[in-house]
Amino acid sequence: MSDTAEAQSNYLLQTAGFDARFPNTNQTKRCFQNYVDYNRCINAKGEDFAPCKQFLKAYHSLCPNAWIEKFDEQKENGTFPASFEP
Amino acid sequence: MLQQISLFKTVYCDAPQPWQLGFQDSGAPGFTGIVELHNTIFFYLVVICVSVFWLLGSIIYYYNNTKNPIIHKYLNHGTLIELIWTITPALILIAIAFPSFRLLYLLDEVISPTITIKVTGHQWYWSFEYSDYVSESGDPIEFDSYMIPESDLELGQFRLLDVDNRVVIPVDTHIRLIVTGADVIHDYAVPSLGIKIDACPGRLNQASLLTERTGVFYGQCSEICGVYHGFMPTAIEAVSVQDYLTFLDSL
Repeated sequence: MSDTAEAQSNYLLQTAGFDARFPNTNQTKRCFQNYVDYNRCINAKGEDFAPCKQFLKAYHSLCPNAWIEKFDEQKENGTFPASFEP
Repeated sequence: MLQQISLFKTVYCDAPQPWQLGFQDSGAPGFTGIVELHNTIFFYLVVICVSVFWLLGSIIYYYNNTKNPIIHKYLNHGTLIELIWTITPALILIAIAFPSFRLLYLLDEVISPTITIKVTGHQWYWSFEYSDYVSESGDPIEFDSYMIPESDLELGQFRLLDVDNRVVIPVDTHIRLIVTGADVIHDYAVPSLGIKIDACPGRLNQASLLTERTGVFYGQCSEICGVYHGFMPTAIEAVSVQDYLTFLDSL
């Protein structure tokens, strides 16, 4: 029982909610948009700015990990097809 | 005592049976809706079929060449009857379309989910990712789920259906599935939960999942994806929230 209580305190059962910009089955752009928004956010406010974490959580919840890796790679090479300028 | 004589024990069928006719038992409200719509439409379908074939049969029987050699003037053309048999089917189709669309859009809705699970179809296995709990440094939870080959099956396991790693989900919890493909188009389908959604490479499809009872629900790939298309099943294990947290801890 104590294991369960410990486990419960470790995990927050919460995920990205409904987004009125993406009401359809297709969520591809939502993943991409949150990734771009996160990077714009940290470019504007710095990595430690707490509200940016919202975007981080959202794209981690929505994007397959392989996509995130690919995005990061493209970001490093400067070939990501969107601007991260705030 | 009652449990012992298994009179009031419910046994659910969440996997297909040999020569099964009809649906598996529903484990989700969406699938209950689908079965109900099917049954309702099927009732009217039987009524319409019986009346049409009755009419057709009696006309063939009573108005054939030997019994009725002279063609009746009003049997060749009649505006009223033609109007009736054109408009009535149109109304019936509308009456079928409305509940059908209602259900379709209800199934499409993903209402404030608690968990997001990412499903990726590969040639030829499914992989799953739970990423809601990950901080920037933390490792994401991900695992592959392969079919258990026939030679490794244990007693009670399903041939071509059981997998090495089941997807564990909490019961009575709204879950969002993000389905995508890694190589070719697959299709993630679990009949008793009413899920069937294409896994397209380069696209993220969203589906809603809510189980109403605990159990193991089996599904298969539903889009022909290569030679081992028939050998990439999936199993969803619905457990209580406590057990789910214990599962997360064990990973």
